[in-house]
Parts: sequence; C-alpha cells; structure tokens
Amino acid sequence: MKAAPFAYAKPGSLREAFALLERHGDRAKLLAGGQSLIAALNMRLATPSILVDLTAIPGIDGIQLRGDHLAIGALVRHREIERSELVAKHAPLLSQAAPHIAHVAIRNAGTIGGSLAMADPAAEWPACCVALEAHIVAASPKGERRIPATKFFKSLFTTALAPREIITAVEVPVAGANTRSAFLELVRRRGDYAIVGLAAHTQLERGALTRLRLVYLGVGDAPVSAAGAMEKLEGKRATPEAIAAAQAALEQDLSPAADLTHSAATKLHLARVLLGRALAALVT
Amino acid sequence: MDEFFEATITVNGKAVTRRVQPRQHLIDFLRDELGLTGSHTACEHGVCGACTVRIDGQIRRGCLMLAVQAHGCSVDTVEGLTDSGELGALQQEFHERNALQCGFCTPGMLLTAQELVATQPDATREEIRDFMSGNLCRCTGYQSIIDAIEEVIVTRRKGAQP
Repeated sequence: MKAAPFAYAKPGSLREAFALLERHGDRAKLLAGGQSLIAALNMRLATPSILVDLTAIPGIDGIQLRGDHLAIGALVRHREIERSELVAKHAPLLSQAAPHIAHVAIRNAGTIGGSLAMADPAAEWPACCVALEAHIVAASPKGERRIPATKFFKSLFTTALAPREIITAVEVPVAGANTRSAFLELVRRRGDYAIVGLAAHTQLERGALTRLRLVYLGVGDAPVSAAGAMEKLEGKRATPEAIAAAQAALEQDLSPAADLTHSAATKLHLARVLLGRALAALVT
Repeated sequence: MDEFFEATITVNGKAVTRRVQPRQHLIDFLRDELGLTGSHTACEHGVCGACTVRIDGQIRRGCLMLAVQAHGCSVDTVEGLTDSGELGALQQEFHERNALQCGFCTPGMLLTAQELVATQPDATREEIRDFMSGNLCRCTGYQSIIDAIEEVIVTRRKGAQP
C-alpha cells in the first residue's frame, strides 16, 4: 500500500526540531532510518500529518569511547554497529545482537535511536540496553537527561520519553576483562522477528557468574528481566543443577503470550532452551 | 496536503531534479517518474527485497525510503549497474545456472549479492544464505541462486590468489 499524505520537514538543528514538535504536537512523527515507521505508514497503521526527518541534525551520530562508556549516537545505523571495531571491543553484546536485526538492506538504514524510541518488544536493541544497564540520552528544550534503560521501556511501543523529547545517544558501559556476553534468538526464518530472544551479560569472577543480567525479548510488552533466574545463578558457577534451577525459575519470571504459531508453553520452553545455551556460551 | 519538495538525486550517475510529494516512495519515484522499472515493487513493507536499490553505495529497501529522503544521495539501480558492467559476473552466473524463472526477484537478488561479493569476499555458503535471507524468491527454491553467487565468489577468490 501507499502512505497517506503527510508533510515533511528536515530541521538542521535540535532547536528547529523542537520548534516543529511544539507546533505540530502529536500529529508529528520523528523520522530517522524509517525502517519501522515507513512500513507503518505504508500500511496506514500510522497517519501523521508531518514527518520530521532528524538525519540532518549534527552531533547525534557517530560512535565514541568516552572514559567508562561508549557513546553511540541516535542516528548510528545497525550495520555500522555490526561492523564497528570499537563496539566489538567495548560492547560485544551489541556486535553479537546486530546480525539478528532483520536483513542487511534494513540494517543499512535503521538506527539505534529509532529502534529504542519505537520500543518494539521483539526488537534486539531494547533488550541489549537493559542487559547492559545502558543510559538513553534524551534532549528537550529544557535540556538533556540520561534515562536508565532499565526504566525506559514502559510497555508495548511505549517509553519514558516525554512528548517533546528526542533521543540523541545511548551510553553503554564499556566491557572489562571479565565481562562475558551472549545474544541468542530463535526464529522461523533468518531475519524474522524473534519467537524468543535473550541478551545475557555477566562478570565472570573465577568461574562464578556475578552481576548477571538475563533479559528476554519477544515474551512480553517490553524487554523482560528474568529476576528469579538471575537470583538463582548470581555468584554461582553454571553447574547443571544451577542451570536447571534457573530454568525452572523462568516459569515465574516470564508469562509469554501465544503468537500465531507458538503457544505460551512452547515459548516458555524455548526461553529455557535459550537460557541453557546462553549460560554455556557465557562460561566458555 | 499537496506540498511538493524539490529533490535532486543522482540516479545511475546522472543528477535529476524533480518536484516530489513527501509520501512518494523512492521505488515509485524511480519507476513512475524516471521509467526505471528494473527495480520491482511488491510487498511495500520491507519484507520481500524486490525493490532493493543502492543508496550511497549500500543496499536499501526502495519501499522503505521516501524519494524526498534521497535528496542529495547517489542512487544506483539494476539498470545503471548493468550498464557499468558491475553486475556482469553475477548476471552471467545466474544465466548459466538458471537462477531465475519468472525473474521478478532477480534485480533485487543481484544488488544484494553484489554487496555481499564486495563486502565479504570470503563468504561461505552458509554466510551467503544468511546475507541473501532478505530477498524472497517464489520460483527457484533458492539453490540455484546460492550456487550462482557461490560460484562468483569462488572464482574471484581463485583469481585473487597469486
């Protein structure tokens, strides 16, 4: 289908973008890579009166190492993250997750800022940012604030962003020598939305899992931290008993809804399978 | 809302300036305004890959990009890349191996495969499958397409050896 008519503006600064949002309010939609938005426009699931194209705004792209964190600009494309040596070295979870995002032609266009703002519960970056305890930097006419990713994703397509706020960057803590991460997804076909996915991140202290984060995608309205499973494993080695206890705990942690082809029970089973695989990957 | 924007886009090496409506997809601009009907339009929501074109050297979905977003960009289509000879080896191998039946998906397949050949010259068969996963074909069953791309990659690799 073709999109319904809309106006288009390409501001050259954040200030101009804020002015456009002020003027058009909820009738405006922000456009970055457009890989979700334009599909939604084509299907007329979204009918904004104006698109505000953010891609000419300076200073909100690029990947930089800044002390203890990696700053990834909102306009950085998925493919750029996938191929970045800085990311591979300092935030390997993101390098592991990137190839799972759709297909190359889409990764060449879609942006991390767009994905975070969209907050699709089956998307990869939201789960990764929660697992990494990243901060999302949002700008508004009142200034800038850093929102913990753990508090950013509220519900289906719903974030902590205020109506006139624009994501400018995401700040990811840099990995240390003991940091281990794994990103796994089960899909029916390569590039499809995940049936279940898992972003796992830990500090491995003499074989023990510490500060373990297990964050699922595709099993709820937002990224889901498996609190019970994390508690069962924290400070422990990934022994068969510990893994089994954590897998059992997922029953309380997750309540996935069935989709067209998988029952809730299947999804829960698959979440357990992924947990086993992720723990094996973390300790090898 | 009959607002128009003037967009200047370099298409297959030639700068064109046209007044476009914001809602017009790049793929429709190329096909309807410029008559470049080699790139196809099918699913119109980014799933099938038939509309794959190249923007500033990288493949994109032509249905998930507005013409107005391409202002200032360089766009290559199957027509331009055929004329320049860049797709020659792939086209020859697709022909040899019957890697197309109806041909509808072929322009998108060729553009995607060309980005693979250029960026991953050591790609394995598994990696080829992976890279091509965003382009759907309803006729061939994919085997012959993967075969053709693999052949081009293997031949190049042999040629690159001293």
